[in-house]
Amino acid sequence: MFRFFLRRVALTLPTFVALMFVTFVAVRLVPGDPIEARTGERGIAPERLAMLRHELGLDQPVWQQFLHYANGILHGDFGVSIVTKTPILHEFAILFPATLELAFCGLIFAIVLGIPAGVIAAVKRGSIFDHSVMTVALAGYSMPIFWWGLLLIMFMSEYLGLTPVSGRMDLINYYFEPVTGFMLIDSLLSDQEGAFGAAVSHLILPSIVLGTIPLAVIARMTRSSMLEVLSEDYVRTARAKGLSPLRVVGLHALRNALIPVVTVIGLQTGTLLAGAVLTETIFAWPGVGKWLIESISRRDYPALQGGIMLISGIVILVNLIVDLLYVAINPRIRHGG
Amino acid sequence: MPLLSIRNLSVTFATSRGPFRAVDGVDLDVEAGELVAIVGESGSGKSVAMLAVMGLLPWTAKVTADRLSFDGQDLATLTPRERRKIIGRDIAMIFQEPMSSLNPCFTVGFQIREAMAAHLDLSRAQRQARAVELLELVGIPEPVRRLKAFPHQLSGGMSQRVMIAMALACRPKLIIADEPTTALDVTIQAQILDLLLRLQRESGVGLVLITHDMGVVAETSQRVCVQYAGQQIEMQTTRGLFRDPHHPYTSALLAALPERAHGRLLPSIPGVVPGLADRPKGCLFSPRCRFATDTCRTVPPPRASAALGHALCHTPLVDGVPRAQEIAA
Repeated sequence: MFRFFLRRVALTLPTFVALMFVTFVAVRLVPGDPIEARTGERGIAPERLAMLRHELGLDQPVWQQFLHYANGILHGDFGVSIVTKTPILHEFAILFPATLELAFCGLIFAIVLGIPAGVIAAVKRGSIFDHSVMTVALAGYSMPIFWWGLLLIMFMSEYLGLTPVSGRMDLINYYFEPVTGFMLIDSLLSDQEGAFGAAVSHLILPSIVLGTIPLAVIARMTRSSMLEVLSEDYVRTARAKGLSPLRVVGLHALRNALIPVVTVIGLQTGTLLAGAVLTETIFAWPGVGKWLIESISRRDYPALQGGIMLISGIVILVNLIVDLLYVAINPRIRHGG
Repeated sequence: MPLLSIRNLSVTFATSRGPFRAVDGVDLDVEAGELVAIVGESGSGKSVAMLAVMGLLPWTAKVTADRLSFDGQDLATLTPRERRKIIGRDIAMIFQEPMSSLNPCFTVGFQIREAMAAHLDLSRAQRQARAVELLELVGIPEPVRRLKAFPHQLSGGMSQRVMIAMALACRPKLIIADEPTTALDVTIQAQILDLLLRLQRESGVGLVLITHDMGVVAETSQRVCVQYAGQQIEMQTTRGLFRDPHHPYTSALLAALPERAHGRLLPSIPGVVPGLADRPKGCLFSPRCRFATDTCRTVPPPRASAALGHALCHTPLVDGVPRAQEIAA
């Protein structure tokens, strides 16, 4: 078990190195640099441009810039934002709870709906329920996130007036200092009446939009995995014991069917954080996704490099956790060596 | 009143190529404490018939029977909930593939205690004690440690012992063993069979043994039911069957036993069991039967009297010689 853990951790190292290189190159492939992005069409005196470039180290050869950047990351230093002059790690730490809160709620939405839908579709295969779930899942999977978000805003917020259009909180009615950075928790801690409800209502639409693709993937995966497991001999054994269908399906079959589903859920963290970039932009959600988009238009190289590295690091970490969780669910791996 | 009583049991599967009748008019009585064997080739419907009794067939199967009663209760009219009170408690089943019949995600102990938790009014400690007792009964050493094992840590023979322990957990009145030794090593087969027979004798439980091994039948059962292509073609005492088989198929099966063969070449039955598409009009065995007449090929055979082993045949054999059936004709 411990060796499995070590091997699994060692495997993530090459991924990090490759990631460091790819982010560095990709960021520089965008036309223009931070100075040009800031000066825009006004233009700038050549000597001033050279001076600013020198200040940011952009006049050095690219390989030197890379070494400098890699050296910093290996020492835990992600650099300073060109625009705000604050350390990247600090900005990220302030914004990330908002993204995490959104991604978490989106994932909960996807799991809570996706697994039961997949299970019921498998048990009642060929039924109207099965066909509708699979059709909706396919539609959800194929729909562009930004379009789906706009549709929901138009219908739920504009037409029905049920949910707020954007943001995390009604800032006119409520104000409190962030404690944890998670709006759901901070609103409860603030003791202001209605603040928690307001936080929840702001979360609903973004969570649905962000959770739709994972929901479709989880539902489809659960269904196919469940279909396979339901024809296994041990499910027949469980039924032969006279157990209730709920116990046969919900315990004996589901426990086995969940093994591949957990892997898929882990892989969805990447989708979630990528989706967060779009979702946060649509809903003016002040998280790292929106921050990254803004950093692109500002050509804020350190912010982009650092932000992408940090997000990727989190995705890699989550996948590592999922692999370990997988071992916990499946005893065959646990004892297999 | 027999413990299990089946009359004219039929099971039809809906397939993409139309309905397929896997079991066709099977009758069976099992008395309490009796050991009845069902023999037949693969696909003769012996497992399907017993799965129908358990109510374990998939939804594509349609089960009909004139009578399907267990211990005085009509299984066919019970609600699924009422039926689940009998299944696993009074009737238990042991399957062919022990390795895949145990759930890989749960410990052996959990799976043995589970049936008790569902059917018996025992405390947690009592269930654990009974589980230990059961593993000792089926000859598993270090029962307390084994209860914590997962199925993949057990060998095939061990797994089948666990399956037997699981079947015995609620002290059933009837056990259906569906080819319990087929998937095991030859050396283990004898051990498991001996164990099953010993437990059956000691506990007085009724046992239906599904097998395709005539040798096993001869050693174990009191009565035999022979199935061919979903039909029950002969039913008599084991002793009678081996001495004087009345259906030509049974006769040919026995002739193919190595112990009984006289010549240098082992006799075999030509042809194969008819499938869905190539069912003969008359007797299903007629294309392979060396006694078949034109009547056999065109008219479905009647069932002979008990004296002739209920043989489903136009010309049941008596001492190896076909005799026209006066009774039913």
